[in-house]
Amino acid sequence: MILKGKVWKFGNNIDTDAIIPARYLNTSDPDELAKHIMEDADKEFPSKVSAGDLIVAEANFGCGSSREHAPVAIKAAGIQAVVAKSFARIFYRNAFNIGLPIFESEEASGKIKEGDEIEVDADKGIIRNITKNEEYTAKPIPPFMQELISAGGLIEWTKKRIKAS
Amino acid sequence: MTITEKILAAHSGKEQVSAGELINAKVDLLLANDITAPIAITEFKKIGAKDVFDRERIAFIPDHFAPQKDIKAAEQCKMLRDFSKEYNLGLYFEVGRMGVEHALLPEQGLVVPGDLVIGADSHTCTYGALGAFSTGVGSTDVASAMATGECWFKVPESIKFIYYGKLNKWVSGKDLILHTIGDIGVDGALYMAMEFEGETIASLPMSGRLTMCNMAIEAGGKNGIIVPDEITEHYVKGRAKREYKFYSSDKDATYAEIKEYDCSKIPPTVSCPHLPSNTKPATELSSVTIDQVVVGSCTNGRIEDLREAAGIIKGKKVNPDTRMIVIPATQQIYLQAVKEGLAEIFVEADAVFSTPTCGPCLGGHMGILAKGEKAIATTNRNFVGRMGHPESEVYLSNPAVAAASAVLGRIGTPEEVI
Repeated sequence: MILKGKVWKFGNNIDTDAIIPARYLNTSDPDELAKHIMEDADKEFPSKVSAGDLIVAEANFGCGSSREHAPVAIKAAGIQAVVAKSFARIFYRNAFNIGLPIFESEEASGKIKEGDEIEVDADKGIIRNITKNEEYTAKPIPPFMQELISAGGLIEWTKKRIKAS
Repeated sequence: MTITEKILAAHSGKEQVSAGELINAKVDLLLANDITAPIAITEFKKIGAKDVFDRERIAFIPDHFAPQKDIKAAEQCKMLRDFSKEYNLGLYFEVGRMGVEHALLPEQGLVVPGDLVIGADSHTCTYGALGAFSTGVGSTDVASAMATGECWFKVPESIKFIYYGKLNKWVSGKDLILHTIGDIGVDGALYMAMEFEGETIASLPMSGRLTMCNMAIEAGGKNGIIVPDEITEHYVKGRAKREYKFYSSDKDATYAEIKEYDCSKIPPTVSCPHLPSNTKPATELSSVTIDQVVVGSCTNGRIEDLREAAGIIKGKKVNPDTRMIVIPATQQIYLQAVKEGLAEIFVEADAVFSTPTCGPCLGGHMGILAKGEKAIATTNRNFVGRMGHPESEVYLSNPAVAAASAVLGRIGTPEEVI
């Protein structure tokens, strides 16, 4: 799977309150949530972002609350993937569980700038910066996470387990 | 093995586990609230399971936007009630019986030492204070566990935090954990177990231990945990609804790191906007004027916290330019506060005494900040927009500092008002 698009860049410790503020959590409708994506990090972001874009951030992306609404809102806004130096652990789990592609790469996080055009080879874990003509490597996705991805997320994986037992 | 590894091994049918290993483990209890359960319910139905794995081990607690703050919130709360009826869940807590989930479940003896607990709420790590492994997960994780009774985990590495020395006056569990987060940063324990021990912890009451483990997530931790002792035994005796087991860490257990803190050097501590790690001594912040004070939440809404705040504010008034909102975390705490005369002390001081709710902690309701307003709160997060307008500010403190600041109308210490 190749994920190609324009980058929006964010800094360290982007928390889930910034990704989707709690004041909008009286619904879990993905499209409603997407209207407020990253609003407390950048008020203009919901109107600037286009389907197919990617987010690149620095360390500890998705820290704070366990709200699954955060990766759900990112996905519903049409963002193809998030690349960061590191992810907070509940966000990391949630992203795999719901099928939002995420990649850890210190190098990519450091070198990619806002507006760069990048291409992520999800299977090989290679991130190409088309604008700068550079290539970075993402941390390999653990085998269990790959199993989740190929099953189509945790719910499909659980269905299979129940059937098998 | 560490206590965390032992509990994870025991729940995955293994003699031994080690850091980094992926396991599938049995869950003793799982919980979700009115924000996270609606997604869990929707996802659970997609699985097509005939029934939930155990109707006595799934706790649904409407506490975030409850009492129902608007129509949409009411619809979400109703999903919990309808599902609980449909599946005959034993642990559904209606408004009037509910409380802030992480205060309610230990109080009711529904989480016990040795448990493995998951919750669709990041502060599920609170129960480590009882010597349980408990951690926050997403709604889909809870949905899957509702069907199977199991959840996948990566066994975390552990960091040991050793606290020694006598606590200064007006310093409590809150200050120890804020100081620790200030030291290691908001991702200082990313993916790791935070094991708290030492002579100071040995004499720290359960309320302070719950506060410390509650905020492990603010350092990125997977869980906070304290090896159970006599204080634990005293707390769970007569309360525990299930059999419990005390686990401890072996002398030769492996730790990624060991940190030590001399508590005699830790002052009343405040986290400044917009990260819990942005800590300063309260005495350095006396120029910060305060519009709102909140005493409550899963972090500091227990009876001990209310007593501490009431002790400061008794016979005084909240500053005319400030509002104070006191929120007991559960119905039992509410009633106890009424019986002890704490409710009267707060109301006489011109503070609001509210029914239990998470409310303002996450900017939900019952005390939202306007643009430019500043609050000091005994809650757990001070991210941008956390308690209201994106241009408002939240400072985090213990209940005594919060109450003193209410009287002063600015950040201050109890010494300044007593």
